[in-house]
Amino acid sequence: MTSNTATASEIKTKKRSARPSAFKLLARNQLALMGAVILALVVLIVLITPILPLPDPDVTNPAQRLLPPFSDGHLLGTDHLGRDLLSRLLWGTRVSLAVGISASLVAALFGSTIGIVSGYFGGRTDNIMMRGIDMLMAFPYILLALAIVAALGPGLMNALYAIAVVNIPFFARNIRGVTVGIAHREFVDAAKLSGKGHIRILLTEILPNVMPVIVITISTTVGWMILETAGLSFLGLGAQPPQADLGSMLGEGRKLITTAQHLSAIPGAMIFILVMSINLLGDGIRDVLDPRLKSGALARPAPLTKIDRSDQGTSNQIADETVLAVDDLRTEFVLGDDTYKAVGGVSFDVGKNECVGLVGESGSGKSVTALSLLGLVASPPGTIVGGRVMFDGKDVYDMTENQVRDIRGGKAAYVFQDPLSTLHPLFSIGDQLVEAIRAHNAVSYRDAWAKAVKLLGMVRIPNPESRANNYPHQLSGGMRQRVGIAMALANEPRLIIADEPTTALDVTVQAQILKLMNDLRTDHGTSVLFITHDFGVVSEICDRVAVMYAGRIVEMGTTEQVLKHPAHPYTKRLIDCVPRLGEPDRRTSAIPGLPPAVNNLPAGCAFADRCDRAEEKCRVGSIAFDDLGDGHGVRCIKPMEGANV
Amino acid sequence: MSDVSDVVLQTSDLVRTFGGGRTLLGGKKPTVYAVRGIDVAVRKGETLGIVGESGCGKSTLARMLVGLDRPTEGNITLTGSDMNDLISDDRHALSKRIQYVFQDPISSLNPRKLIRETLAAPLRYLRGLSGDALEARMKELMDAVNLRPEFLDRYPHEFSGGQAQRIGIARALAAEPEIIVLDEPVSALDVSVQAQVLNLLSDLKDQFGLTYIFISHDLSVVEAVSDRVAVMYFGRVVEQAPGRALFEKPRHPYTRLLLDSAPVPGKRGLTVEDATAELPDPLAPPPGCAFAPRCSRAQDDCVAKVPDAHYGLDNHDAACFHPLNPVTTR
Repeated sequence: MTSNTATASEIKTKKRSARPSAFKLLARNQLALMGAVILALVVLIVLITPILPLPDPDVTNPAQRLLPPFSDGHLLGTDHLGRDLLSRLLWGTRVSLAVGISASLVAALFGSTIGIVSGYFGGRTDNIMMRGIDMLMAFPYILLALAIVAALGPGLMNALYAIAVVNIPFFARNIRGVTVGIAHREFVDAAKLSGKGHIRILLTEILPNVMPVIVITISTTVGWMILETAGLSFLGLGAQPPQADLGSMLGEGRKLITTAQHLSAIPGAMIFILVMSINLLGDGIRDVLDPRLKSGALARPAPLTKIDRSDQGTSNQIADETVLAVDDLRTEFVLGDDTYKAVGGVSFDVGKNECVGLVGESGSGKSVTALSLLGLVASPPGTIVGGRVMFDGKDVYDMTENQVRDIRGGKAAYVFQDPLSTLHPLFSIGDQLVEAIRAHNAVSYRDAWAKAVKLLGMVRIPNPESRANNYPHQLSGGMRQRVGIAMALANEPRLIIADEPTTALDVTVQAQILKLMNDLRTDHGTSVLFITHDFGVVSEICDRVAVMYAGRIVEMGTTEQVLKHPAHPYTKRLIDCVPRLGEPDRRTSAIPGLPPAVNNLPAGCAFADRCDRAEEKCRVGSIAFDDLGDGHGVRCIKPMEGANV
Repeated sequence: MSDVSDVVLQTSDLVRTFGGGRTLLGGKKPTVYAVRGIDVAVRKGETLGIVGESGCGKSTLARMLVGLDRPTEGNITLTGSDMNDLISDDRHALSKRIQYVFQDPISSLNPRKLIRETLAAPLRYLRGLSGDALEARMKELMDAVNLRPEFLDRYPHEFSGGQAQRIGIARALAAEPEIIVLDEPVSALDVSVQAQVLNLLSDLKDQFGLTYIFISHDLSVVEAVSDRVAVMYFGRVVEQAPGRALFEKPRHPYTRLLLDSAPVPGKRGLTVEDATAELPDPLAPPPGCAFAPRCSRAQDDCVAKVPDAHYGLDNHDAACFHPLNPVTTR
C-alpha cells in the first residue's frame, strides 16, 4: 500500500500536464454524460415553454375535466379542473427547477460564507458560528421548514427561504472543513506578508481553492432541494393555486389517485427524471473535481507491477556470491499520450553482506528502481518493459504473484523514508511486528510477540517489553524508523532495500540509525541496497555506489573510487555542489539547468546540456557504460581525468 | 555589546507558549513551551545562522520575527522601534522591513493563481505600485532571481522546486525589506539546485545590502553562509559565536554532538551517542539544562538550574556549566 502511494506521489507532478481537461473526463463517465444530456433537454424545453403553442396552464375548463393522456388537443390529458396537463407539467417543472436552483444558490452563498469565515478565523469566531449552525441542525429539517413557512405564511418564495435556510448548515460544515485545511497552508501566510488584509485573503486566496468544493456541494444538493420544494408544495405550503409546480400537481393528483393515476404519475415521473439526471451529473462533477479522487485514490493498483517484457535481455553469468542481480531493468509509466521512461536500462548487483548505495536526485529513477525490484510499482500506470531481476538466482519476473509476495517482507524487506506513513496508526507496534512475522511463519501469537520484543531490543529500543504496546504516534521519528527496521528484520532477510531511510530524520538521529544499520549488517550478514541523495551518508555506510541520472546509472564503483576520483562529470559536480562541513571557504559551484524530463530524453548523454565538457559526439547515439577497471565503470565518452589513478 | 548602533533587529527574552488557559469546566489545559527565552541581535548586512533540530523552536522564532505569530512574553525591536508599536501604527510597516522565505517553495504559492498575481501582491499593497510601474518592477524582480519574464504567466505546478523557490525569493524582495528571514530555504530542494539558490541568495545580499536570518538544520549550509551562528536546543539558544569559532571550537556539548553527527562525503566513522536519547517533554520542561539527560559531561548542577550565557555581537559563549574548549580570558 505504502509503496503505491509513494510512486503515486512521485509521478503526480508529471500527471498534471498529461491529464485531459475536466470536461473530457466528465464526458468519459457515461452515466454522468447521460444525466447531463437529459438535464440539458429538460432545461431546454422548460426554457422555451413560453413560446410553445400550449394552452394557458391556469385556465379551467370543467367540460374537459380528467381527460386521459393522448386525448385530442391534450397530449397528456387534463386534470380535475380541465387544465391541460402538459402545459401545467412544463410550467410546473420550470417553477420547481427555478426554486430548487435558487434555493441551492442562496444556501451555497450563505453557507459558504459562514464556512469560509469560521474556518479561516478559527478560535472564538469559529466556535460561535458553528454552535449556531449546530442549533440549526438540531431541528428536524422538515419541522424547521414548516415552522418558517408557518411564520412567514405559505407561498413559493417563503418555501424557497425555508429550504435555503434548512440547507445552510450542510454547506457551512462542508466548506468550513475544507477552509481549515487551506487556511493553514503556507501561501496564506505568504499573502499576509504581501500586505493583503483578511478580506482580500478570503476572496482572492481561499475562495478560488474552495470553489471546487462549493460546486461539488451545489451539484449534489440541487436534486435534494427540488425534492424538498416538491415536498412542501405537496403539503400545500409551497406554490399556491392556481400556480402549478411539481409538488402541488402531485398533491392534487393524490386525491384522485384511484380514478386518474396519470395525474400523479406524470409529475412523479418528471421529478424522478429531474432528480436522477441531476444526481448522476453531480456525481460525475464530484469525481472530476474532487482532489482525492483525482490523485487516483479510487484506482486499484494490481498486487504486482504489470510486466511486459518484449525482450528478455542477455543472460549474463551471475556470480555465486550475488544476492541481487539487476540486468537492464526498464520501467515505464504511461500517462495520457506520454511515456515516462523512469528507469531506462539499469544493471547492477548486490553481493552477500554488501551495502550498495544508489544515489541520485529526485526524478532520477532511484526509488522506482527500488520498487521495481519486487514489482511494487503501481500498475496502472507503471509497467516493467524489460530486463531481469535475479534474486537468489531466480528471476523475480518469472515468479507467480504468491511467490513474489513470499519474498516481500521475507527474504527481501523494504525500509521506507517516512515511518509515520508506513506504520498503521491504529495498531500497536508489537502487533504490527507480529503480523509481519506471522505472514511468513506459522507460529503462535505468543511466540511471535516474544520475537517482536526481541526485534525491538535488537534495534535498541529501550524497554522493548512495554514499548511493544505503544502506538506509532507515541514514538519519536527516530524510534519509528527503528521499528521500521525491526519490521524489515523480522524474517531474517537476505536483502534490505532502504529508500532514503534517514532523510526525514535529524542529524543526531540519522547518525544513530546509520550506525544501527551498519551493526545489523555486520551481525546478520544481510545485504543492503541503500537509496539516498546524500554523499555524506554514502561514505558512512556504503561499500559500493551507483550514481543515477535521468533513469540510468552513469557511474558505478567502490565508494572510495566514486567519491575520491569521480569519472563522470555529473558525479563530480554533484559532490562539489554541496557545502562541506569544515570547509566554509570552498566555493560551491552549482550545476546549471535542470535534469531532462524522462518523457522527452535527448539523444546521447542526458547530462550533455548541463555539462561544460560536452561535445558534438555526446549528443548522438547511446553512450555505452565503459569499464575503467577494478569494478569502476562510467557512462561517459570523456571521463574526468585523474579518475582511477 | 560592543557597537549597538548598527543592530537592525533584536529580541529580548522572547517566549512563546501554545495552549494553556482553562477549559470550560475550569481544568487547566497543558502548555507547550516552544520558545523559552531567546535573545538574539542582528547587525545590518550580516547573516545570522540559526541551527537546530526539529522541535527546537526555530520555526516558531522565525514566524514571530516576521509577525506571523506574536510572542507570549518578551519583545522584538527593529532599529530601535518596538515591533508592536510598528504594527499598531501601520499594519504594513513590518512587512515592508522584514520578509520571509518559506521552506516548501511550491506550497507557499497559491496553486490557483498565476505567478504574476502572486508577485504583484506585495508590490501593489506594500509598495503602492500599479500599471506600468508594477509591470516593470515585476520584470526587474524576475531578472534579479534569474528567471525569464514569461514565467509570470504560469501556474506554480509548472515549476521545479528550485524555480519556485526563486519566485518565493522574488516575492520577498518585492517588499524591498531590510531583513529577510529564510526558514530552511534549501531543505526541500535537490542538492544540485541547492547550490544555485544559495549562490543566488549570496549575490542578492551583496546587490541589495540585505540582512539575512538563515534558519536551517543543515550545519554545512549554515557554516557556508553565516557570519554568526546561534545553536538552538529545546527552545533556547545554547551557544552563539562568530561562524568560524563555533565550528572550529564548539563549547556546548550539544554543538559538538551535532558536528560529530553530520556525515561528510569521503569520511567514515561518525561518533554516535550510546543511548537512544530523545528530546525532553515540551509539556513539562526539565528544571535544569535541557540537554543534561543526553550529556556525557552532565553533573549535579546541570539538572538543578538552567545555565546562563551572555550572548553579545562578537563574543563566543555557551549556556553550559562545564563547556568544552573553555576560554581563559573573556
